[in-house]
Amino acid sequence: MGNLATSSRRGRLRKWLTTNEPISRGQARLGSAYRSWLAFSRNPLAMLGLIIVLALIIIAIFADQIATPSPVVGGDLRTERLQPPGENHWLGTDNQARDIFSRLVHGSRLTLMVVMLVTVIAMPIGLLIGTVAGYMGGWVDAVLMRITDIFLAFPRLILALAFVAALGPGIVNAVIAIAITSWPPYARIARAETLTIRNSDFVLAVRLQGASPFRIITRHIVPLCIPSVIIRVTLDMAGIILTAAGLGFLGLGAQPPTPEWGAMIAAGRQFIIDYWWVATMPGIAIFVVSLGFNLLGDGLRDVLDPKAEK
Amino acid sequence: MIDIKDLSIVFGSGRLRVEAVKGLDFHVEEGEAFGLVGESGSGKSTVLRAICGLAPIARGSISINGNKVTEPRGRQFYSTVQMVFQDPYGSLHPRQTIDRILSEPLSIHGQRDQDLRIVAALEEVGLGPAYRFRYPHQLSGGQRQRVAIARALILNPKIVLLDEPTSALDASVQAEILNLLERLRTERGLTYILVSHDLAVVTHLCRRLLVMRNGEMAELTDSSTLRRGQPASAYTRELIRATQGFARAKALSAVPRRICGKAADPLNSAEHMHSGGKNTRPRSP
Repeated sequence: MGNLATSSRRGRLRKWLTTNEPISRGQARLGSAYRSWLAFSRNPLAMLGLIIVLALIIIAIFADQIATPSPVVGGDLRTERLQPPGENHWLGTDNQARDIFSRLVHGSRLTLMVVMLVTVIAMPIGLLIGTVAGYMGGWVDAVLMRITDIFLAFPRLILALAFVAALGPGIVNAVIAIAITSWPPYARIARAETLTIRNSDFVLAVRLQGASPFRIITRHIVPLCIPSVIIRVTLDMAGIILTAAGLGFLGLGAQPPTPEWGAMIAAGRQFIIDYWWVATMPGIAIFVVSLGFNLLGDGLRDVLDPKAEK
Repeated sequence: MIDIKDLSIVFGSGRLRVEAVKGLDFHVEEGEAFGLVGESGSGKSTVLRAICGLAPIARGSISINGNKVTEPRGRQFYSTVQMVFQDPYGSLHPRQTIDRILSEPLSIHGQRDQDLRIVAALEEVGLGPAYRFRYPHQLSGGQRQRVAIARALILNPKIVLLDEPTSALDASVQAEILNLLERLRTERGLTYILVSHDLAVVTHLCRRLLVMRNGEMAELTDSSTLRRGQPASAYTRELIRATQGFARAKALSAVPRRICGKAADPLNSAEHMHSGGKNTRPRSP
């Protein structure tokens, strides 16, 4: 009986969401989001990516509850160093007798922080520069795009290295360096999108209503560029994580004893033949998370692409 | 109301210089529907775009209510002059609800009572409140064009520029939109400039019309002359013949003339309305 009631309530909710005649702004927006979700959830690989990313977020939030051993202070150096995976230490211990599982779980916070900070810094910069260049055209476009080209001309890791060397090693500086080096592709994409829509009738129509360029860019052009930039950012996440890990590996990112995955691989490199798990476990973590973001990005592309008509 | 004197519009420079409009003069009275006709490439749409500031004026002047237009056009101008575009599939933002599309002009001009005015505007173009929160992709072509008309009218402009407002629609919807435009004009005392390649559409809506050819005026005439098939210039006669030529067989003209419901005349015959699409525009030989 109760089961029936819930299922009918769910049916009503679905009908409310998929109706062709929404009666409020909120309902229209939710309905459109629900349709995107339906399309997204039909793609099993994209769902796998989403699950991996959600798992990463949950693990990062509940790191203290999931892994109780300290990720920084190790156990007895005489008896607990470099233990193989087993009952006490699921993924073994490293050369400081620290539990690798615990370090991985706590390291997820760093990974997530890097990813989020880079997104928050790089995406708005790229979007702004790209849309302004594309919409304004002329010398504004030329100046902004040449700056973008200059940044694009450098290999990303090398430029990040230079920035970190100038700013000093540390995870925050690594994030800033990665953000500074990762916005140019977003600017390029946003500009290309803008060029295709700047002369479309709906933009001209808003111009004929007397809208300022600022309003046209922020309210009419940016919303159409966001999907492709989000897709690109999600696909870049793997690269960002790898760059952060690479900086950590080179000793310029997170400093010991911070449990950063790249730094953990670097530490395990010295004894990779005899104690393979020390470097392998963080490597698997990086691989899984990068894969998760890639799959998610691929799925989002199918759903969010403005050119794919729903 | 609208005075256009010696208007020339030039695109590009040097070898790429194209003079799209060459020294055009005309005057539109208040409350009048004025037609601009011509084959494609004759510069008729460019004139409209120049009036609202989307094309550069190389020479001559455009005056609205006796005031020369400023560059760039001010907010005042846009609340007087609005435009309806040809393609209803391209003129509505694909990611905005109808509500958002209609509220945008109101918030740009800082006007109040948005809710009431949006509902009223939809009502006026024959769309109920049920359409208010839909997205453009949930509407048909005719409904979209109604939304575009509602958007143009929501600021209560005096002048509406219509750039082939029906050529992307199929025949029965064309007639509906034309009747809607006609009703709105008489109710609100609007002034129209209608651009079309379709003589039937123009004669349906406009009394006076200007025939353009290669960016120049070919003839200033009126719709009754055109209906009688007695225009002064040879070019206009060619244009009419091109339109009729499309009917091919004489037998077809026996088809009941239902769509426009106008008196029997070659321009308004049913088969012509069916051939009114963009791809089948009449061309002079």
